Amino acid sequence: MIGVEHYVVVSSILFVLGVLGIFLNRKNVIVLLMAIELILLAVNINLVAFSAFLHDLTGQIFAMFVLTVAAGEAAVGLAILVIYFRRRGSIAVDDVNRMKG
Amino acid sequence: MDWSQSLRLIAPEETLSVASLVLLLVAAWGGDKAARLISILAVAALVAAGVLVAPALCGGAMGAETSAFFGQFRADAFASYAKILIYLSAAVSLVIAPAFFDRFKAMRAEYPVLVLLAALGTGMMVSATDLLTLYIGLEMNSLAAYVLAAFLRTDGRSAEAGLKYFVLGALASGILLFGMSLTYGFAGATSFAGISASMTQGLSNGALFGIVFVFAGLAFKISAAPFHMWTPDVYEGAPTPVTTLFATAAKVGALGLTMRVAFEAFGDQSAAWQQIVVFAALASIVIGALGAIRQDNIKRLMAYSSINNVGFILIGLAVANPEGAAAMLYYMAIYVAMTVGGFVAILMLKDENGEPVEEISRMAGLSRTRPGLALALAMIMFSLAGIPPLFGFWGKFLVFKAAVDGGMVALAAIGFAASVIGAFYYLKVVKVIYFDEAADVVKGESDFWHKLILVLSCVFISPLGYLLTPWFDGLTRTAAAALFSGL
Repeated sequence: MIGVEHYVVVSSILFVLGVLGIFLNRKNVIVLLMAIELILLAVNINLVAFSAFLHDLTGQIFAMFVLTVAAGEAAVGLAILVIYFRRRGSIAVDDVNRMKG
Repeated sequence: MDWSQSLRLIAPEETLSVASLVLLLVAAWGGDKAARLISILAVAALVAAGVLVAPALCGGAMGAETSAFFGQFRADAFASYAKILIYLSAAVSLVIAPAFFDRFKAMRAEYPVLVLLAALGTGMMVSATDLLTLYIGLEMNSLAAYVLAAFLRTDGRSAEAGLKYFVLGALASGILLFGMSLTYGFAGATSFAGISASMTQGLSNGALFGIVFVFAGLAFKISAAPFHMWTPDVYEGAPTPVTTLFATAAKVGALGLTMRVAFEAFGDQSAAWQQIVVFAALASIVIGALGAIRQDNIKRLMAYSSINNVGFILIGLAVANPEGAAAMLYYMAIYVAMTVGGFVAILMLKDENGEPVEEISRMAGLSRTRPGLALALAMIMFSLAGIPPLFGFWGKFLVFKAAVDGGMVALAAIGFAASVIGAFYYLKVVKVIYFDEAADVVKGESDFWHKLILVLSCVFISPLGYLLTPWFDGLTRTAAAALFSGL
């Protein structure tokens, strides 16, 4: 029998993978966007699992809102990435270092 | 609670959202030529929204009749206080923008629209009494803010600031959201009242994890240490009017949101989050003070100064009583005035070609070339350092007093000692502009609006500001009482 704890474990693993993806990735900014998406989807698994477990619809509605906002966030992120690429000609994470201190 | 009542309560939000949509159409129609007209209309919309929220603050609105949409949203005196600060600083960032962007030929029509949307989202954050409203308000503010940070498309630093702000802001939202999902799962509700009711008996491990994640996400948003690393880069890279918005409106909104979450949702379990807040407060004060010492860019210095100031504001939160909350609100108002003044002074530092002067070393001898500006900058620096008789001292005094009265003497003592360390770098700026050999770099003419706002904020932080104390005392106490009335 699969209980709610299994879902929470899976979503926690996905969340940690997403956070590690942001901090360990040294190559490509696109990978950062994917890692952010992974975090948001981990949250959605949590919300839907809790919603089913609690017999309460709020969690699923919340998940819908998160999906919508995630789409908007990806659009804004890619747009900023495009301006950045036009100026710099590269999207390697290691090159994002004009400002330091 | 019927719909018409709810719709009446969100009148300021309706004003701002309708205004931003209409102005977006005007922007699409009129193009960049209409930018100035749209700016004026956007300021008018912010003023109108400010007028609409004022009665709730003056009347001390609190309790059930301020709750809209079945507990999703609350328009009480606390929210009004924060919203007036937010709308005011958004209006300032609109007024000071044209003179800055015109030099880059980048005064685009979408700037005022984005600022309006950011102000709307920030205002929703401080009114949120449900995790869902909280999230929507936060993202509305953040998405507009990411675009604003990258607004100067011709400048590589601005694009980099936008990218960094986006990645770390999205990570913060993700962490916050993960915490909210755990809170929902273990408390069984998303409304703050429901969460609070489920936690009266005690705290399960899952809910504790939720609280920790929520506070980590919020610490990112208010740029408290140890989650402050994005702040200097974003503040340096973003165009200065946008930085003003980040340092004032966005920060007041995030702090207001933190207060609401801490007191309304997790108020019964204050012991669980007090340690986190105490740690974040002390770490912010120390890191803000030490990090600023080796900076030569004045915008980075202001970023560390804002981290430092957030630490002091968090001392008021750590006390977890109405007195501490009132001290925080007081401090926020003074902080907004000092920060606005500081960034406007930075905007006025221009060399003979009109290029911004951001290096502190190039400001040497400012007192001889531009005595008025030097005096204003010195006043702001002294006020940020909390040196009496300037008004900045009063904010620090109130949070320390709240901490001592609340039995947190050690916290107040460490904060007090660290504020002395912090005074070093503020005084360094004053030393460079008054006592160093004149470099004679700053020459550019200043815009009328910049001068006006600088004078107003300097009058506010001058000892004349103390004349406002009886009035401010009443306002902050009402607002804090409204925040605690739901408990």
